[in-house]
Amino acid sequence: MNQIFAEGKAIIKKTALDSTHQDISQEAGLPLARYRILDLTGNEGAYCGRLMADFGADVIKIERPGGDFSRNIGPFYKDLPHPERSIPWYFLNANKRGVTLNIETADGRQILETLLKRAHFLIESSPAGYLETVGLGYSTLQAINPGLIMVSITPFGQNGPWQDWKSCDLTHMALSGFANILGEPDRAPMRLSVDQACLQAGAQAAAGAMIAHYYRQKTGKGQHIDLSIQEAVNNVTTGSAYRSEIGEGGMGGQRSGRRFNRGHVKALDIWECRDGYVAWRIWTGQLGSKTKAVVDWMNSEGLGLELKEVDWAIIDYGTITQEQLDTWESHFAKFFLRHTKEQLYEKAIEWGASLFPVNTPKDLAGNKQLGERGFWAKIEHPEVEGTFNCPSAAVKSSAYYCGIRYRSPMVGEHNSEIYIGELGFSKEDITILKQAGII
Amino acid sequence: MQNKVDNSNLHELEGALEGLNILDFTWIVAGPTATRMLGAHGATVIKIESTKRLDIFRAYQPMAGGIPGVNRSGVFDAYNHDKLGMALNLSKPAGLEIAKKLVRWADIVIENFAPGTMDRLGLSYDEAKKTKPDIIMASLSLQGQTGPSSKQGGFGTELQALAGYNNLVRWPGEAPQGMQNPYTDFVVPWFAIVAILAAVDYRNRTGKGQYIDISQLEPGVLFLTVPIMDYLLNSREAKPVGNRCDYASPHGVFRCRGDDRWCALAVFNDSQWQALCLVMDNPYWVGEESFRTLLARKRNEDELERLIEQWMVEQDAEKVMSKLQESGVPAGIVAHAQDVYDEPHLRRRGHFKKLNHPEIGEHSYEMPSWRLSLTGDLIHRPSPCLGEHSEYICTKILGMSDDEFVKLASEGVLE
Repeated sequence: MNQIFAEGKAIIKKTALDSTHQDISQEAGLPLARYRILDLTGNEGAYCGRLMADFGADVIKIERPGGDFSRNIGPFYKDLPHPERSIPWYFLNANKRGVTLNIETADGRQILETLLKRAHFLIESSPAGYLETVGLGYSTLQAINPGLIMVSITPFGQNGPWQDWKSCDLTHMALSGFANILGEPDRAPMRLSVDQACLQAGAQAAAGAMIAHYYRQKTGKGQHIDLSIQEAVNNVTTGSAYRSEIGEGGMGGQRSGRRFNRGHVKALDIWECRDGYVAWRIWTGQLGSKTKAVVDWMNSEGLGLELKEVDWAIIDYGTITQEQLDTWESHFAKFFLRHTKEQLYEKAIEWGASLFPVNTPKDLAGNKQLGERGFWAKIEHPEVEGTFNCPSAAVKSSAYYCGIRYRSPMVGEHNSEIYIGELGFSKEDITILKQAGII
Repeated sequence: MQNKVDNSNLHELEGALEGLNILDFTWIVAGPTATRMLGAHGATVIKIESTKRLDIFRAYQPMAGGIPGVNRSGVFDAYNHDKLGMALNLSKPAGLEIAKKLVRWADIVIENFAPGTMDRLGLSYDEAKKTKPDIIMASLSLQGQTGPSSKQGGFGTELQALAGYNNLVRWPGEAPQGMQNPYTDFVVPWFAIVAILAAVDYRNRTGKGQYIDISQLEPGVLFLTVPIMDYLLNSREAKPVGNRCDYASPHGVFRCRGDDRWCALAVFNDSQWQALCLVMDNPYWVGEESFRTLLARKRNEDELERLIEQWMVEQDAEKVMSKLQESGVPAGIVAHAQDVYDEPHLRRRGHFKKLNHPEIGEHSYEMPSWRLSLTGDLIHRPSPCLGEHSEYICTKILGMSDDEFVKLASEGVLE
């Protein structure tokens, strides 16, 4: 089936070397190429525009003069903190163009209004109510452009008793219940060591925006989307409703360290191997054959012969004891310790076992599956020596390439292209606007 | 079929996606999450199941009233609202014929089986395209349709280790932790929705359908781009940081009064630090050199965390969270399911919506994270009982006569 997928590699070589969007031929084939997005977000909502830009949308990132604050978030290339060296910025703003604009000035506001008239979406993540106070609330924007879809991404949404509360990734993980399921029972609940709340919010906002877009295509009507980061993280920790009203169960549940809750017993899920860890657990019932695959594999190496006769299909986690489970697990534990995680992953594929390595970033960079599927893009950036690989295409379409086509923009990189080339300002105008701190 | 429902309003739903038809072969989490969101916004979603091979969530706890039954699982119900349910035996030619008729009806076919399964069922993209040339088909398999590991089966609960997540749930110097939720399953649905609706826009303009191959692995890995690029650009493997953050201190989760009660708090600047000190009633140590500045707090973070915990452990989690937030300090209790359920803010925002399920009874569903101002929030239909809408789909959507339907049912096609 490989041949039916649009191949992106060649395209990237040709144009990702600079980020001017002069060559629009490749855009033309992309589904969202005809739509423009004004992206006023900071870190909180930046992924929304990135995801839509991957499908061709012309996303213009509008930063305050001097550059958005999110450029100060590290890690930085070669650990040198600099607005053009922020790795999260590279990631969140690839495929976008960038201009600087102070929307709180009369000139800045007029420019924004001009841009708004030809835009299809506006994405913003300012505190709830802020845009109203500077005269750019949804009703004002709608009057300028009735078809506009405005996407507002805020920690707790546009209304409700907590609308002005402060948050960060950690507090979102805590409040949603996500932290409660990570870590050991007798120690503090944990977060993931890499921020996820804002990525979830951005991706879910893009889903909401596309749903509103479908409606606009039918009716011509735009609307306002109110996305709460809190609810976005709730959506990935679902269960509060059914757990509270129907009962405990399903997935999730109280954190159990390296174990996974299966009713009254806890099945080991993260196992030590020779050079790290692998993820696997004993499957039973309908999925019992997945355990048998590992037993057969162990037996082929002369181990785990005690388990040869166990019929995993008739075993029910609801009735076994923890002691029985621990005994079975001790045989698997010995076996996994004999091999490296790479050996185990390769053999697991051969034997049809659902066992996976606990990968580090380095492992992922070398992962064959990702490599063969064209997951990476080669990027050039003026601040970075040579080219570098970057995770790129999360979706493979048979019709077009939806990965990185352009690197993230430098501060004000497309000011001339947009203000002079498109809006018709003169070079002199731009000089005035620059000195006045407007762009 | 045993549960009589009023089907008269099936086509009168006002939603943004009204008119969009989705043929849904997905099961468990990733696919059903995408289609429940589309259904909630008014798309007509037909979930195809087989009585021989149930969506395994139909057998998952919790069961309503503690009584087992295929229509009683709370977790199945949570991921399958706003769908019509049909049972279909695809191993019978008449069953496959019905599936193909539904492909003609559909704008989108979506599935998340192991690669090759749809082909074996006679419903590959090539077959679907023969049936309907502009069909959009999306597959959400574990590791994608191509590549050396594509055939390896499994679930998100372990796939997330492959995608790099468990490695990042750990205290410095300790072993990685398990994750009780299949997190990668909750990354892929948003990519699927965007990809599908972009494909619909593309089809409406060009007349062309397409095949969309989304693995559960790749969107998951994409969400770890920052540590991966840190490795590729700086040759550094991300250090697990527990609950800390490079540029904030304190930044952690602290034990409160009571059983398993905890509160997270984070201090990013001087005013938040001063506010925290005030809420703590300015204990003697906050004025010491070792805690006065961010750099000092970073250097003495172990001690700082110990002192904060000493204070926090006397506090009520909810009350201290409110006090901190009212003073401008980011804070949040570590919520259990019941805490989320009872939360006044979510309730005010209408995060929960009650519907009456024929076997489970009246209970709540959780909204998408976004509210649309014009087309509203439309969770309107509980999850289907097994085969609940088979008759409606055969007679009203496919236009069969009652006799034809009865014949199919008696031949075991609708199982």
